Amino acid sequence: MQGTVSGRDLLEPRSLADAVKMLRDEGPLVPMAGCTDLYVALNFGTLRPTRFLNLWNLDTLRGIEARGQTLRIGALTTYTDLITSGVIRRRLPMLAAAAREVGGVQIQNRGTLGGNVANASPAGDTLPVLLAADTSVVLRSAAGTRRVPMTSFYTGYRQTAARPDELIVNFEIPTVRGRQWFRKVGTRAAQAIAKIVVAGVWDKARVRARPRLAMGSVAPIPLRLSQTEQALSSGASLAEAQTILQREIAPIDDLRSTEEYRRQVAANLLGQFCAEALRR
Amino acid sequence: MHYNRRQSEGCQGDRVVTRRAVGRNVLRKEGHEKVAGLARYIDDIRFDDVLYVRTIRSTVPAAEIANIRYNFDQAGFTVVDHRDIPGQNIVALIDEDQPCLAATRVRHVAEPIVLLAHADRTQLAAAEVAIDYREATPNFDPERSDLSFKSITIEKGRLDQGMAQADVIVEGEYRAGHQEQLYIEPNGVVAVPKNGGVTLYGSLQCPYYVHRALTVLLGLPAEKVRVVQAETGGGFGGKEEYPSMIAGHAALVAMKAGRPAKLIYDRVEDMLATTKRHPAIVRHRTGVKKDGRLTAMEIDVVLDGGAYATLSAVVLSRGMIHASGPYRCDHIRARGRATMTNTPPNGAFRGFGAPQTQFAVEAHMDVIAERLGIDPLRLRERNALRPGDTTATGQKVGKDCSALQVLREAGRRTAFSKKRQALKGSNRGIGLSLFFHGSGFTGGGEVTLRSKASLALTERGVQIRVASTEIGQGTRTMHAQIVADTLGISYDQVEVSVADTATVPDSGPTVASRTCMIVGRLLQRCAEDMRKRLGRMTPAAYWRKHGGFVVTKQYEKPPGLEWDDDAYRGDAYGSYGWACDVVEVEVDPITYQATPVAFTTVHEIGRAIHPMLAAGQIEGGSSQGLGYALLEEVVMRGGRMANAQLTNYIIPTTLDTPPMTIKILENPYTHGPFGAKGVGEMPIDGPAPAVVNALRHAGVVVSEIPTTPEKIMKARR
Amino acid sequence: MRLTVNRETMTVKAHPLTRLLDVLREECGLTGTKEGCGEGECGACTVLVDGEAVNSCLVPVAQVQGRRITTIEGLGGTHPLQRSFVVHGGAQCGICTPGMIMAAAALGPRPSLEEIRIGLAGNLCRCTGYSAIYRSVQRASRR
Repeated sequence: MQGTVSGRDLLEPRSLADAVKMLRDEGPLVPMAGCTDLYVALNFGTLRPTRFLNLWNLDTLRGIEARGQTLRIGALTTYTDLITSGVIRRRLPMLAAAAREVGGVQIQNRGTLGGNVANASPAGDTLPVLLAADTSVVLRSAAGTRRVPMTSFYTGYRQTAARPDELIVNFEIPTVRGRQWFRKVGTRAAQAIAKIVVAGVWDKARVRARPRLAMGSVAPIPLRLSQTEQALSSGASLAEAQTILQREIAPIDDLRSTEEYRRQVAANLLGQFCAEALRR
Repeated sequence: MHYNRRQSEGCQGDRVVTRRAVGRNVLRKEGHEKVAGLARYIDDIRFDDVLYVRTIRSTVPAAEIANIRYNFDQAGFTVVDHRDIPGQNIVALIDEDQPCLAATRVRHVAEPIVLLAHADRTQLAAAEVAIDYREATPNFDPERSDLSFKSITIEKGRLDQGMAQADVIVEGEYRAGHQEQLYIEPNGVVAVPKNGGVTLYGSLQCPYYVHRALTVLLGLPAEKVRVVQAETGGGFGGKEEYPSMIAGHAALVAMKAGRPAKLIYDRVEDMLATTKRHPAIVRHRTGVKKDGRLTAMEIDVVLDGGAYATLSAVVLSRGMIHASGPYRCDHIRARGRATMTNTPPNGAFRGFGAPQTQFAVEAHMDVIAERLGIDPLRLRERNALRPGDTTATGQKVGKDCSALQVLREAGRRTAFSKKRQALKGSNRGIGLSLFFHGSGFTGGGEVTLRSKASLALTERGVQIRVASTEIGQGTRTMHAQIVADTLGISYDQVEVSVADTATVPDSGPTVASRTCMIVGRLLQRCAEDMRKRLGRMTPAAYWRKHGGFVVTKQYEKPPGLEWDDDAYRGDAYGSYGWACDVVEVEVDPITYQATPVAFTTVHEIGRAIHPMLAAGQIEGGSSQGLGYALLEEVVMRGGRMANAQLTNYIIPTTLDTPPMTIKILENPYTHGPFGAKGVGEMPIDGPAPAVVNALRHAGVVVSEIPTTPEKIMKARR
Repeated sequence: MRLTVNRETMTVKAHPLTRLLDVLREECGLTGTKEGCGEGECGACTVLVDGEAVNSCLVPVAQVQGRRITTIEGLGGTHPLQRSFVVHGGAQCGICTPGMIMAAAALGPRPSLEEIRIGLAGNLCRCTGYSAIYRSVQRASRR
């Protein structure tokens, strides 16, 4: 282990109000939830920040609740919570599907939805799901609450619209109608980083229903594929939609895969999504 | 030598023991400690007053070292560079080309240059060392290297004659990349200075290799150096020669500072800096008759040795001897060379050259089968070695040759030929590989090693003293079984000494599938002697009356084995194991991922001393072979491993490993203990070509491993 | 900080950000839990926190105050899984074994083969190819 902890500080807020006050007055502070990403950097000696805010005990940030048309998921909800939740299984099964593909059980028990979103990796497994579901990210600061649509949350590679004094407290998801679909293509069958990850919703039962489609690992940020959606909903053929898809995504070669592979598989996945959406 | 059933009635206390250990799944000697969390690996052992060591390594692949600047307050630090080396600045192995610490130049990224040590790990990590280099042009292409560590030519018959007899000539080129051993416990050692010498504790396979390396490096006589193996969390060859390097580093610090020095690598450093499997380029040009009979084989092998020779000469040797596969062919020319590139040196990994060359020949056999329109199983049946046939080096294989048996058994169990028809045109393919693996050191190697084993009669019973190490494969257990049955005592009465050079003789390294066949046989001879001396007395009774004694036996070459190292002809190995893998692979048409869905193997290993341990070797080695075929890719950029973390170097998880059907056959080797041959390495030779052959059947033509989805996407027919 | 490890409450002096793995191994002297990678990929460091499997290399000790931590030593050496791993060959070199057994212990009383494979997908073994591990887990739960 390369990283050292001496010389680093951990602040322990006793409540959410405490936490946002600390962020305002005692920053800069890096919020710490399940640590499944943070501590990898610590172990490798690449973690530069020295001051951290422990969110783990803030139970107000936990909980999954269906309130009428809105599904509310606390930021500290773990992947295991998502997998075992009856509410999620009924209302947002594609989120449970994504959670099942994150790491192994040990990571699922500690990693949080808020952490996945805040970490802002373009390969985050839950991010296409939240994008396709038109999620609202609820941010709290000492100044109050604000909501940012997930589709505007990412402003650049690993950059979010959240201010340094803001915490993600929960996610609000309007009722999803139609068939939900999720697929992750990883480097192996489990414990894998996504080479490409996609989530989609299409309520084909409704006339002129517009699909919702989002993809990760094909751009610096996880992408909502609005142009491709537009093409599909205005009756384009699969081939035409695939052409537009290629213009919309910008995958690269990296350690795990190639641009060529990502482009070809993205096109194939679009085809699979369309075929799946037609199934009863 | 066969074990006489009547003599099995030995004595335990005053009771007669009739239940034998060999052939039964007796409990692993150290099993309880391992499951209870009590087994002590090197990082678990507490040493007082310890200094932690950090290795400063080259960040460029080829350069002269211009300047080293220590940008920190050196108070409390021990700093070691090449000038501190009391003996010779080499890691003694075969050649003497590898420095322990670079002096004036570096030949690879991650080459060790300076060692820092401090009692406080935070301060140690914070110390900044800046090195200025005068960079040279590195070479990363093994075929364009101007330094060949070793060349070998194997010639049988007359190649031109064989080619002239052929109806068809088939060519192919095959490539295999690096593979990282990925023992779950990284390399680590602790060196403790003592009386002008040093005791080295560590995670290692070969205590006497380390012992020799330290005497040379430190300029110490043998009795001043002691090496003790700690419980070791996997080796697979990755801890065959590398520990000599890390031990040298810790020892240098310990000797300079006069305090124990602890050096445990983290995973990233281990992957960046330590040895891997040699990448290989293998070309085949094969003459065949229309009916499939091989008439001529021309084979060319290039191994990428990395920056220093280490074990390249021997890896090449084993690779070349296995390069023509388990087949009869009268005219063979196989040429191979291991060359230098400016990458971290490659070294031992289970299979040791044979996985690379057998991948090539077995993939090539299916190319031939397709060209001739012959079922791949029939093609192999036609050409498989039979007793009385000669190998590429002219060795006559004996009754213990089981090529046909394993092939037919595997074909029958999997309904191979029927499945070949049934799966045609689907997303699935079924492929097979037929392979063999020589046990023990090549040629005259065992004679050169002159290994010894000892058996001691003690107050507690009987103690095995060998330098063979337990690294998971079951050495302690299997050796104790052999001794127990030969002596006619209970397995529980046999204990195994720690592999400590102060107490055990040099039994040679724990490599080359020799620990049972060679060292086990030595122990059997010790036990036979001890049995004679005990007469009808139990060990306890004898000890009470006469006290203890030690029997030591040294390797004797079995009669009739002849090897000519200059001509590279003769009996390369005392015995061979034989095996056949059949794998069914499914290719996802959307993602191009290839998933092995079923795996069957038939392994003939002479005798399964411990059936469950033998199956464990087969399952584990096969799993590593599947990783080699499909998942495990070392990405090198500028001579540096770019994916040196477990997130990015992918080995199989539970969900990547198919159900495996293992069948063990026994065709005893006369000179093996209870007929046993080796089994440790052979399993990894077969899966990669079986996978590639299954992919071919499914319409994907690849000749390079690992066959990642990116490659499969471009290889569809 | 006060920690409950293997039903024993102890006071630890470590910095709150110290990895639970290091607190266990160094301050508590419980070296049964192993470090294989430091990145939460291999599972050799698996311990149970309130009965749930976690990678202790990724847990700051501050976050497990007041929690029940169970390590391999807490199984006492006599747990059915431990006996089964010896009898059925689930342990070869043994370095992954403590983490593997802890992850298996979190699986519940009679897991199916599929549940075992999924539940242990976060534990890498390089020696066994996993078959013997499945056997060991299945036969332990039958007792």
